[in-house]
Amino acid sequence: MWIDFLRRAFMQAIPLLFGSTGEIITEKSGNLNLGIPGVMYAGGIGGVIGAFLYEQNAASINPFLAILIPLLCSLALSLLMGLIYCFLTVTLNANQNVTGLVLTTFGVGIGNFFGGSLVKLVGSDVPSINLNATSNYFRATLPFADKLGWFGQLFLSYSFLAYLAIVIAIVMAVILKKTRVGLHLRAVGENPATADAAGIKVEKYKYLSTCAGSMIAGLGGLYYVMDYANGVWSNDGFGDRGWLAIALVIFAMWKPNFAIAGSILFGGLYIIHNYIPNLDVSGQELFKMVPYVVTILFLIFTSIGKSREAQPPASLGLSYFREER
Amino acid sequence: MDNAHKGGVPALQLQNISKRFGEVLANDHVSMSVDHGEIMSILGENGSGKTTLMNMIAGIYFPDSGKIFADGNEVVIRSPKDAFKYRIGMIHQHFKLVDVFTATENIILGLEDNGKYNVKQCEERVKEIAGQYGFEIDPSRKIYEMSVSEKQTVEIIKVLYRGADILILDEPTAVLTPQEIEKLFAVLRRMRDDGKAIIIITHKLNEVMSLSDRVTVLCKGKYVGTVKTSETDEAKLTEMMVGKKISLDIERTEPKNVVPRLNVKDLSLCSHEGTEILKGISFTANAGEILGIAGIAGSGQRELLESIAGLLKAEGRIDFMSPGSKKTESLIGKTPRQIRNLGVKFSFVPEDRIGMGLVGNMDIVDNVMLRSYNNGSSLFLNRKEPRSMTDRLISELEIATPSPKTLVRRLSGGNVQKVLVGREIAADPTVLMVAYPVRGLDINSSFAIYHLLNQQKKNGVAVIFVGEDLDVLLALSDRIMVISSGKVTGIVDARTSTKEQIGLLMTGNAHEKEDSSHGAK
Repeated sequence: MWIDFLRRAFMQAIPLLFGSTGEIITEKSGNLNLGIPGVMYAGGIGGVIGAFLYEQNAASINPFLAILIPLLCSLALSLLMGLIYCFLTVTLNANQNVTGLVLTTFGVGIGNFFGGSLVKLVGSDVPSINLNATSNYFRATLPFADKLGWFGQLFLSYSFLAYLAIVIAIVMAVILKKTRVGLHLRAVGENPATADAAGIKVEKYKYLSTCAGSMIAGLGGLYYVMDYANGVWSNDGFGDRGWLAIALVIFAMWKPNFAIAGSILFGGLYIIHNYIPNLDVSGQELFKMVPYVVTILFLIFTSIGKSREAQPPASLGLSYFREER
Repeated sequence: MDNAHKGGVPALQLQNISKRFGEVLANDHVSMSVDHGEIMSILGENGSGKTTLMNMIAGIYFPDSGKIFADGNEVVIRSPKDAFKYRIGMIHQHFKLVDVFTATENIILGLEDNGKYNVKQCEERVKEIAGQYGFEIDPSRKIYEMSVSEKQTVEIIKVLYRGADILILDEPTAVLTPQEIEKLFAVLRRMRDDGKAIIIITHKLNEVMSLSDRVTVLCKGKYVGTVKTSETDEAKLTEMMVGKKISLDIERTEPKNVVPRLNVKDLSLCSHEGTEILKGISFTANAGEILGIAGIAGSGQRELLESIAGLLKAEGRIDFMSPGSKKTESLIGKTPRQIRNLGVKFSFVPEDRIGMGLVGNMDIVDNVMLRSYNNGSSLFLNRKEPRSMTDRLISELEIATPSPKTLVRRLSGGNVQKVLVGREIAADPTVLMVAYPVRGLDINSSFAIYHLLNQQKKNGVAVIFVGEDLDVLLALSDRIMVISSGKVTGIVDARTSTKEQIGLLMTGNAHEKEDSSHGAK
C-alpha cells in the first residue's frame, strides 16, 4: 500500500511539477502568469486534438508519430497561450493579474469547447473522449521495470513524460543558478531597469522565458490526459491542479529543484484522502484542503522570516517600460 | 595606460547635441569635450540638462541631432552596450543594482564574455581592480547588506570591469558623508592620474573647486561655457549657472523668544523584524529655532520624524508644551488624528514627497485639500477655499504650473516641493518637521525653501530640519543634532561647529575625535 501511495503521489506530482517549473521560470522574468491553469488546460486539449486527428485519419498507427503529433499540438497551443500573455503584458503593458486570469478563463474555455466538439463528433454516449491507443504509447514504461520488485515499481515504472518533468526541473535549476543566461533572467525579474542598463534585452528575456514556461506547463496538461487519465478527456477533469502548481511555486521558493520534492509532497497531500480508511465525504473534502493550508502556513513562515532569498522576484507582477520622461 | 594623451585628441567630444522631450528642449546645441587624464565637472541647476546630456553619452537616450566623437572618431551610441564598446561607463545617481545579487554578479551582469561563466574568476578580477584604485569591497557580499557608499563602489567597479576609460558620475556625493566623499575623490584623482577621463555631474560648488580640472556650465539646457577651475571661483560659477548674481549666503536670523516646545525623551523604536532603529533618543525642540538633524542616510531620521508625527509606534516620552497655556501634552502612543484633536499643530514634510506627502495623480487643489479633508459637514466637497488657497500658494511661492488643476506628478521636483511645503506651512503649524526639503532642487528653489523655513522660525514655530548637505545645515540651523545608527551622537551649536566635527559624529566616532584629528596631522 505504501508503494502504491508513493507511486500515485508521484504521478499526481508530475502535472504539478511541469506547471510549477514553467511558472517559476516565467516568474523569474518578472511575469506573474496566473494563466497557468488555462495554459495547462490548453496543453491538455492540444494533445487530445492532435491524438484524435491522428487516430481518426491514420491507416495504421505509427508509435513514433502517435507521440510526436499530440506532443507538438500540445506545445503549439501552450506556446500560443504564452505568446498571448506576452503580447498583452510585455508589448502592450497590460496588467499582469488581469491578463493571467483572463488567460485561465480562456484556456479552460477553449479546452471545454474543443472537448465538447470532439465528444459530439464521435457521438459518444458519455461526455468524454477515449484515446486509448495514443495513451498506451504515452504510458509505455521500461520493459524491465516490473522485474525489479519494489525498486522498479517505485522508480522505474513511469512514462517518459514523468522523467522529462524531473529532467526539465533540474536543467532549469542549473540554468538559473549556474549560467549567464540564468543570471540575466534573474536580473530581469529582480530589476528590469538595471538589466536594461546593463545591456540585457529585457523584452526578449520576458518573451522567451514566459513562452518556454508556458510550453513546459502545457506538458503538464498533456501528461495528465495521456498518462494519468489513461487518454480519457472529460471537460473540467483537470481540476484545480493549475492553481496548485502556482501555489507550489511559492512553496518551492522559486527554485525548480525544490519544486521536485514539493510537487511530490503536494501530490501526496492531494490524494491522501483516498488512503485514509473510514473517511466520509466531508472528511475527504477537508483533506483536499491540506495543500492550500500548507501553502498559506508556508507563506506566513517565509513572511515572518527575514530571508531575502525566499522572496519572490522583486519586480514580479510589474510591467517594465523604459522611462521617456 | 596606452591610450592616455593620444596627441591631444579629446577622449570624448560632443558637438551641437540637442534633445527634446515633448515640449521641453532638454539640451540645446550643447558642445563640450573631455581629455584623458582630466576631471571635468558638469555644473548646472536642476533641469539644466546635465543628466540628459550624460545619458546620451551613456546610451540611455539618443540625441535628436549633433555628433559625438570618441578619441577623434565619430561614433553612434544607441545603447549602454554601444557606450561600453567605446569604453564609456556611467555611474547613475540612482544605483542600478540587483539587491539580491552579490557584488560580483552585479558587476558581470549583461556581459557576454566568450568563455565559461566562472564566478570565482570574476571575483578575482574584481579584487584586482579594487586593489588597483584603492577600493574596499567584498566581492561576494549581497547588495542589500551594503551601505550606500559600498553600493557606489560596486557601481564604479562595474564600469571599470567593462574597461571604461571615460567615467561619468551623476551626483556621486549626494548620499555620502564628508569622509566618504574624500575617499571617493582620492580614488577619482588616482584614476585621473591613470589616464582616465572623468566627468562628474554636480551642483555643489565646493566639490567642483576641489576636484575638477575644468568646469562646463549648463543653464536651462544651453551650453554656457567651459572654464578652468584654477581661473574661476564660486561666485563666478554661480553667475554662469544661474545667469545672474545671487548671494550664496543663507541668512540665519537670531532666534527670538526661544521656549521649549517639544521634549523627546528616551525614544526607542524597533522595526517589525526586531532590529532597533531608534535607541533612546532625547532632545528638545525650541520654538523660534531651527533644529537641524544630520546623519548618514538611513540612520533613523525618517523613523524619528514619523514617530513624533504619530505614524510609528515608538516607546519613550514625547511631551508637547502648548504655546498658549502652560499645559503639557503627552503625545506618545497617539495617532496623528488624536494628536491633532489635542490641538497640537504638527506639519510634516516627508522625504518621500510623492507617495507620502502628495498624491501624484491628483491635481494641486485636491492635494491641498488633503490637509483639511475632515472639515465641513456637507456630503459634497467644498473646493472653493482650497482653490483660493492654491491660487495664493502658486503666486506667493512662484510655483511654475500651467494651472491649479495640473496633476502634481507632472510638476518638476522643485514645484512639487513648493506645493508640499506651502500646504504644510499654510496649516499654521506650531511644529514644522521637514525631511530633505531641498533634495533635487535647484539653487533658486532651495533658497526659496530656506527662506520659508526662516520665516516660520521668526513666527515662533519649532522647526526640525533633516538635511544632508552639511554646509546648508550649518548655515541654516541654530543647533544640530547628529544621529548615527539610531543614537544621538551629539547636539552641537551650529554657529561654532565645523563640517569635520559633524562628519565624525555622523559616523559615530564621537569618542575617537581626538585621536583621528591627531592621525590626520
